[in-house]
Amino acid sequence: MSALSPTFPWAKDAKDDYRACPVTTLKVDMHTERLVIANAVMAVVCLVLGGIAALLIALTRWQAIHLLDALWFYRLLTLHGIDMLVAWIVFFEMAGLHFGSTVLLNARHAAPKLAWFGFILMTVGGLMANFVVLFDTNSIVTFTAYVPMKAHPLFYLSYILFAVGALIAVITFFINIVVAKREARFEGSLPLVVFGLMTAAILATYTLLEGAAAIVPAFFWSLGLMDFDPGIYRNFFWGFGHPAQQVNLAAMVAIWYALAQMTVGIRPVNEKFSRLAFILYLFFINLGSAHHLLVDPGLTFGWKAVNTSYAMYLAVLGSMMHAFSIPAAMEIALRAKGYRKGLFGWLRNGPWNEPGFGALIMSMILFGWIGGVTGVTIGTEQINMLAHNTLRLPGHFHATVVGGTTTAFMGFTYYVIPLIFRKELKLKKWAVWQPYVFGGGTALVSLGMITSGLQGVSRRNWDITFAGVVPGTVDLTLAIFGIGALIAVIGGIMYVTIVLTSILTGPRLEASSLLLTAGTHNPLLESTKLTDRQMEDKQNQPRGTLVLVFAFLVWFAVYYLTNWWLLGRTWFIR
Amino acid sequence: MLAPEQTWWKPMGRLEKTWLTVALVWCIFLTIMMPLWYFMGKQNVPTETYRTTPQEFAATVNDFVAKYQIGEENGIPVVAPPPGSDVYLRASTWQWYPILQLEKGKEYRLHISSMEYNHGFSLQPVNINLQVVPGYDYVATITPTSVGEFTIVCNEYCFLGHHTMVGKIIVK
Repeated sequence: MSALSPTFPWAKDAKDDYRACPVTTLKVDMHTERLVIANAVMAVVCLVLGGIAALLIALTRWQAIHLLDALWFYRLLTLHGIDMLVAWIVFFEMAGLHFGSTVLLNARHAAPKLAWFGFILMTVGGLMANFVVLFDTNSIVTFTAYVPMKAHPLFYLSYILFAVGALIAVITFFINIVVAKREARFEGSLPLVVFGLMTAAILATYTLLEGAAAIVPAFFWSLGLMDFDPGIYRNFFWGFGHPAQQVNLAAMVAIWYALAQMTVGIRPVNEKFSRLAFILYLFFINLGSAHHLLVDPGLTFGWKAVNTSYAMYLAVLGSMMHAFSIPAAMEIALRAKGYRKGLFGWLRNGPWNEPGFGALIMSMILFGWIGGVTGVTIGTEQINMLAHNTLRLPGHFHATVVGGTTTAFMGFTYYVIPLIFRKELKLKKWAVWQPYVFGGGTALVSLGMITSGLQGVSRRNWDITFAGVVPGTVDLTLAIFGIGALIAVIGGIMYVTIVLTSILTGPRLEASSLLLTAGTHNPLLESTKLTDRQMEDKQNQPRGTLVLVFAFLVWFAVYYLTNWWLLGRTWFIR
Repeated sequence: MLAPEQTWWKPMGRLEKTWLTVALVWCIFLTIMMPLWYFMGKQNVPTETYRTTPQEFAATVNDFVAKYQIGEENGIPVVAPPPGSDVYLRASTWQWYPILQLEKGKEYRLHISSMEYNHGFSLQPVNINLQVVPGYDYVATITPTSVGEFTIVCNEYCFLGHHTMVGKIIVK
């Protein structure tokens, strides 16, 4: 086949080795299939490690139980950050990038060897970080590892290996897309989901480079070869740490579009609108690194204000656009099916018993209504003084990264199992409930943390009663947090059990339908049949969604302005 | 998930335009709030910073304590500086030094720095939180508006004794 002529030297021996998926009609490249499986398995392994740590540290912060001693609390806190915030999510994203750059484009994986090399580096780096933190007390420096708190050099090396591995995997994503384009595997523009993943990949590239600017000098500093200013380290570290979460954001929104199309059969209302929203992420979101430096010495008001507001909250604008366009597309698709009663008849008739739909809804609510609103508020320059390093911070990012990203990724996994692993999904009833259990638990975790933080409880603190000033209501809010954590852990155990039972038992089986529990129809194919006329029909306009987003805005304004009021009540400071 | 039709650059619908406009106005409001508060609000993030070294800062703290000490509590000096003066607070593993006694409604220039790691100045229950970075002398000009005993919690992880790092400010 002439179209398959090698484009890159390392692709010389690449054969077009694929199978056709009977459900989606997409071509699944076999290299991609194996890479997705390997990355997904490592992601779940890291989720289990991080989840065990999560349970134990939550039972310690729940003041009434206070399980671990200080050493093990801080040790597992360090591991929890590394395994969850980095390893689980990044492994899953790499699976997503391999999938998006090949299967969704009907293309082949053009650089599988390079991709495997990246995967091995990530695996070695991830496991090494776990070992170093478990066996070296001096390396209990928490995820952020602020210089000059010196960990073992291998600690920094493990970060470097993981990051280089991830960077290599990201590079193969770009290679795949270029090769697919040259080989004319797809026509016209990238599909929206791939466009979103591309946004994530571009963000990941410079995020990882900034990570190198922090961790590589830290590595040499730990060997005693150079000095490293603590303020500069913080600046570079957060150039990596915060944008890494924006990678998660972009990848999660891409998955949202995918889940909405797979479970409801949406057609994006306006591709331009959705793509512009991704482009706003691309240009403005990385300024958010400043969120962690708002009460740092040495930086001016102007620098902090411009950066923390993403120039002019333009990245927030991007998220608010997606917050409209995804539910709107769902509303139109459901109304077009005849669910037109009232403002929310379409929502009531959504496939609530389909795991992907439940995960999508929980993920969007937790990310936007809790995570987004609290994030923008505590990321306001002056308000940050009330929130910096209190439990409000983890409260915010558990809503975004756990409630948002993780719930969406878990929901997506249930489709990866039949379509990529080619195993029947077992325990389907569990899968229907899992997003609600996990999401509900995470909501309580976040709310418990945020309300504790509002009362001044600091994060990363083994025992806040030492402070002696904590009001009694903190016991209550920390109990809410603890109970939420137990529920979320149960949701996590359900997820891991479903995944392991499905992939370890039963024969290899080609998938027979896209939906897991909500019927035998194929929303993906239905979405292609939505006509312009249906999209523009007056009866199908997303009026309900408009009400929802305005309700969101009111809640946003109330929370935001309340915080200014709280700030106005404290001591004068300048 | 599927490739779009060839021409997807289409005008936005009425509802999209409405929401985009409203969202943009909200973003502009969020942006304006910060400079507005900067010029009109009484609680702003301090920016005044000087380079220092742990040795230099520790020496300044010692001079300061020697000059204004009025008592001692659990081995830590209690210091009552005059209103309007420069006040020094040293963060180290795992101690805030010294205990400050201030007057309500009077302004002080509070210098904070660290002896080794990052620390977090978290004044409770007032709930003012600042980052303390070694090598930087961070100056917060503060005016206490309430009286009582206030706790300084360290809220930046500073190794295994982190949670025991608790200090005090007394306001009369």
